[in-house]
Amino acid sequence: MEKFVRLTAKACPLLLPSLNTDQILPARYLKWPRSKGLGTVLFQDLRFDADGKERADFSFNQPICRGAKILLVGRNFGGGSSREAAVYAIYDHGIRCVIAPSFGDIFAQNAVKNGLLTAIMPEEEIAKIAAVLAGDPEQTVTVDLEQQTISCRDLCCAFAIDPVSRDQLLNGWDDVDLTESYRAHIAAFKARDQQSRPWAAPTTTAA
Amino acid sequence: MPMSEPQTLIDKLWSAHEITRREDGAALLWVDRHYVHEGSFHGFSQMQARGRTVAEPSLTFGVADHYVPTRGRDRKIPNPEIAAMVCNLEKNAADNHISLFGLHDPRQGIVHVVGPEQGLTLPGLLIVCGDSHTSTHGAFGAYAFGIGASEVAHVLMTQTIWQKKPKTMRVTVDGVAAPGIAAKDIALAIIARVHADGAQGHAIEFAGSAIRALSMEGRLTLCNLSIEAGARCGMVAPDATTFAYLKGRPYAPKGAAFEQAVEAWTKLTSDPRAAFDRDVTLDAGGIAPIVTWGTTPDDALPIDATVPDPARESDPVRAQYLRDALDYMGIAPGKKLTEIAVDRVFIGSCTNSRIEDLRAAAAVLAGRVSKVPGLVSPGSTLVKRQAEEEGLDKVFRDAGLEWAESGCSMCVGINGDLVPSGERCASTTNRNFRGRQGPGARTHLMSPAMVAAAAVAGHLADVRPLLAGRKA
Repeated sequence: MEKFVRLTAKACPLLLPSLNTDQILPARYLKWPRSKGLGTVLFQDLRFDADGKERADFSFNQPICRGAKILLVGRNFGGGSSREAAVYAIYDHGIRCVIAPSFGDIFAQNAVKNGLLTAIMPEEEIAKIAAVLAGDPEQTVTVDLEQQTISCRDLCCAFAIDPVSRDQLLNGWDDVDLTESYRAHIAAFKARDQQSRPWAAPTTTAA
Repeated sequence: MPMSEPQTLIDKLWSAHEITRREDGAALLWVDRHYVHEGSFHGFSQMQARGRTVAEPSLTFGVADHYVPTRGRDRKIPNPEIAAMVCNLEKNAADNHISLFGLHDPRQGIVHVVGPEQGLTLPGLLIVCGDSHTSTHGAFGAYAFGIGASEVAHVLMTQTIWQKKPKTMRVTVDGVAAPGIAAKDIALAIIARVHADGAQGHAIEFAGSAIRALSMEGRLTLCNLSIEAGARCGMVAPDATTFAYLKGRPYAPKGAAFEQAVEAWTKLTSDPRAAFDRDVTLDAGGIAPIVTWGTTPDDALPIDATVPDPARESDPVRAQYLRDALDYMGIAPGKKLTEIAVDRVFIGSCTNSRIEDLRAAAAVLAGRVSKVPGLVSPGSTLVKRQAEEEGLDKVFRDAGLEWAESGCSMCVGINGDLVPSGERCASTTNRNFRGRQGPGARTHLMSPAMVAAAAVAGHLADVRPLLAGRKA
């Protein structure tokens, strides 16, 4: 997994609440293998009308959002379905950080496993950054994960992130490798558990 | 934690699965059951890319549900991409020696129906699946939650998962629900109260006399919808209702082992003085049949209400949300819910497709005709067979609804069962998100009985008058 330490990039304000994973990636694209790249269908049904034409009223289609690596969104981003492909779509589109007042629990967990930073910031602070960007579309935003700050021109705000996720992103840790180092703990637990919870194993029946 | 300190059910389940805990608070937990489906293919791919195999095939179970056709199962699946999804699951299960409830298995169905039905889901277990509605299994007093593909891969390879302990929320529903009020109504009332993101970061325990009075089917509906309040898991402490449901299930303990298990399961309750981070209480007696009008599950109102009017909303952000939601739903501000005409109905999904749900809908539909087309997809092939033995299929067919095979079907539409763009569907499912049942589809969530009422009336309708003189 790619580390995340610091990023300075263009930011896209998309201040809608409750953009759930069905909006981020409609279910009909869940069949796609990752190798196909899911960035092209990010927010598909919000970005395009039934004829495939861009919807002008969807902020993501504004010039300010072209090439943005940071996304500013409303509360409860990524709620709903556990589809990790929603994170793939965001990441494959080139976005590396989403800033929101709150995130769906499963989405936030999926994000960290893929090197996507989910920064939690109060709605008012996000609105202030969006206001600066509205005045100057070329203005960049800097996200510093070590300092846990987001700065934009003369604004500098702290953001929150679960410390476990922060460490994982800063170090680019891989869960599976980490778990390997606990192999003996797992084996000991399993042996103990089979004694203390014999009922937990499924009884085998004929199919 | 000293033994004397009172513990919640959540604490007890957590500590029984904790293998180790790091200084930063992340704990490695043992996984008792891992359910996989067609959508789990990313997890298998990640595992294969590392050249690894499944650590505990005997604790991993595959179910074909998300992409399976609900019609024409004797024919080859016409869409090759969908056929490949089903085939891929079969291959992954076979290659990794995983038991599979596949497309043609007589026990096939929706994973969150099949797990409990087969006795795979038991009290005290930690259960994961790459599906957010895994919270369903908490109905048995299990710690069950949905995971993403990377976590699926991790569980496949290690049978463990890293988690941080969630905060605890107790939702107490006391009192007696009125006739015609289902678990779905209680769940939607809770979601409307705490909001769609209100329980984020929390595990919920549902408690109180109205929860105790629910059947296992009702508890499954309730826990299923925990995620629609933002909670990754919800649970009900096991009791006599739970044990009676489990006795004799194929994969559950048998004989003396069952009695021993019940003894252990009986201890899975929150201690009397255990403290929760948050407490919410509701009176079941005050709950009316509920329907959703908007595009998130907390846009839920009693059937006698009117939809909101953005002009009366003082918060401009909320007003804009209301305008957008009503515009998408094609509903005029302030309209009475009972004046909203529907184009079709759907009865099914992991939320409401169990035998009790089908009986509740059939009780309303018996001797009546649906004014709109509709689809009924039972939660499992065994539920389907039982419903047919009870003659429920005839009730649905006589009413003009289509009686189909089991799968996720029109809840998510990825098998091809879609609500056409612009059409309005009264649905027993779990998400009224934009485009959830198909691009441009408009979804109203409600109980099976309320869907039946909407079918008979041709518009959203209160089921209670339709139940007069009938056994609900």
